[in-house]
Amino acid sequence: MSNNGLLKSSLAKKYLMALTGLFLCTFLLGHLAGNLQLFISGGEGQQAFNEYAEFMTTFPLVKILSYLTYASVLFHIVDGIVLTMRNRKSRPVGYVKEKGSANASWSSRNMGILGTIIAVFLVSHMQTFWYKMHFGAMPMHEGLKDLHTVVLAFFSPENSLGLIAVVGYVLAQLALSFHLVHGFQSGFQSLGLRHPKYTPVIEKTGYLFGIGVPLLFASIPVFLYITQL
Amino acid sequence: MDLTLNVWRQNGPEDKGRMETHPVSGVSPDMSFLEMIDMLNDQIIRDGGDPVAFDHDCREGICGMCSMFINGEAHGPGRGVTTCQLHMRSFKDGDSITIEPWRASAFPVVKDLAVDRSAFDRIIQSGGYVSVNTSGETLDANAIPVPKPQADEAFSAATCIGCGACVASCKNASAMLFVSAKVSQFALLPQGQPERASRVKRMVEQMDEEGFGNCTNTGACAVECPKGIDLSNIARMNRDFLKASAEGE
Repeated sequence: MSNNGLLKSSLAKKYLMALTGLFLCTFLLGHLAGNLQLFISGGEGQQAFNEYAEFMTTFPLVKILSYLTYASVLFHIVDGIVLTMRNRKSRPVGYVKEKGSANASWSSRNMGILGTIIAVFLVSHMQTFWYKMHFGAMPMHEGLKDLHTVVLAFFSPENSLGLIAVVGYVLAQLALSFHLVHGFQSGFQSLGLRHPKYTPVIEKTGYLFGIGVPLLFASIPVFLYITQL
Repeated sequence: MDLTLNVWRQNGPEDKGRMETHPVSGVSPDMSFLEMIDMLNDQIIRDGGDPVAFDHDCREGICGMCSMFINGEAHGPGRGVTTCQLHMRSFKDGDSITIEPWRASAFPVVKDLAVDRSAFDRIIQSGGYVSVNTSGETLDANAIPVPKPQADEAFSAATCIGCGACVASCKNASAMLFVSAKVSQFALLPQGQPERASRVKRMVEQMDEEGFGNCTNTGACAVECPKGIDLSNIARMNRDFLKASAEGE
């Protein structure tokens, strides 16, 4: 076997998919923790959120983590496309009748589509907040970039596209939820981490994570929109 | 029972193929699915046509030859059964049944419902064995102690009959369940240890070379497997391959 056998193998592509996916799960937790500060009302909430945004964009360790996150997102997407193309090639002639629902969950059969929805959301999401925060013209508050006001204005009835933004955000979180429900436990399986005692725990955690995290994410713009009505 | 069969017909590997509809009447609910196909062929031959080519051998669920994708599922709607163990009582009078060959680039259609599964043989040849000298005094199997749970697990991996239902059911035409069962049946036993690392590497490499797809852990393979091969085998192979690759040969 050649030295680069591991990198060429189908299994390595799955290890990479699992590692980047599970790393991005930890990113989601961090991101969510920050976002939850948007529930704090008034000036106190504004200050806390802006300080958090400042910390996330300037603190060196976080910067390293953020580059790791960008790389993970890219690898996860590219690897996913490469795997999907290979899988398509493995069955050039499809079945006339195929009953996929008889033997596998819907999310496990639609990871590519769900991932694509998340990727499209990500582009719009980063354009709206990440790009503006890093390179755009930002309002200032107490010497800090006022991301809080930008977020509130975006998910506001005052914004002509505010409602669409809220609905789009919630739908993207729904796609993320289905993606995570399969992806979380699938990542462990791909890495060979399976045990009669721990796998049921991993599966339950996957469900909790896959439903809980997107639900909390989605609740924020809904809350912001309703409170600004 | 009166049935309408939609059967895949393909003259040879190069033919494009098409679905063909055949009404069959007087089917007994006690017939096996293959006996019903025999009946169909008898009818086709009497009408002067070319009978439907299909693979079959033991007709008792142990040879793994009867590869048929029936109504959207490998070996039809039953669980833990091959096509020969599927009985017509699983269907209703007046049913329309779609019958197709396994679909995978690694399993080319030979004719009609018969596919070439020699890709599996080549995977076995690449490492699915234990190199022991059998010409001299063979050791008594019981001389090497094997814990009972380990022996049971190895045995259940070894019950894989290589029918290809896992590949046929997988949306990616992945052979991970088959290969992992064949890797595991040795990896779980003391006799399999000396070649454990090289075996998994060679077999995975051959699996990739044959053009099977990637595992996306949908679990469809294990649901459709007539022998109930468990997904834990796939995890074991993922683990072993990672370890073997990290260690180098």
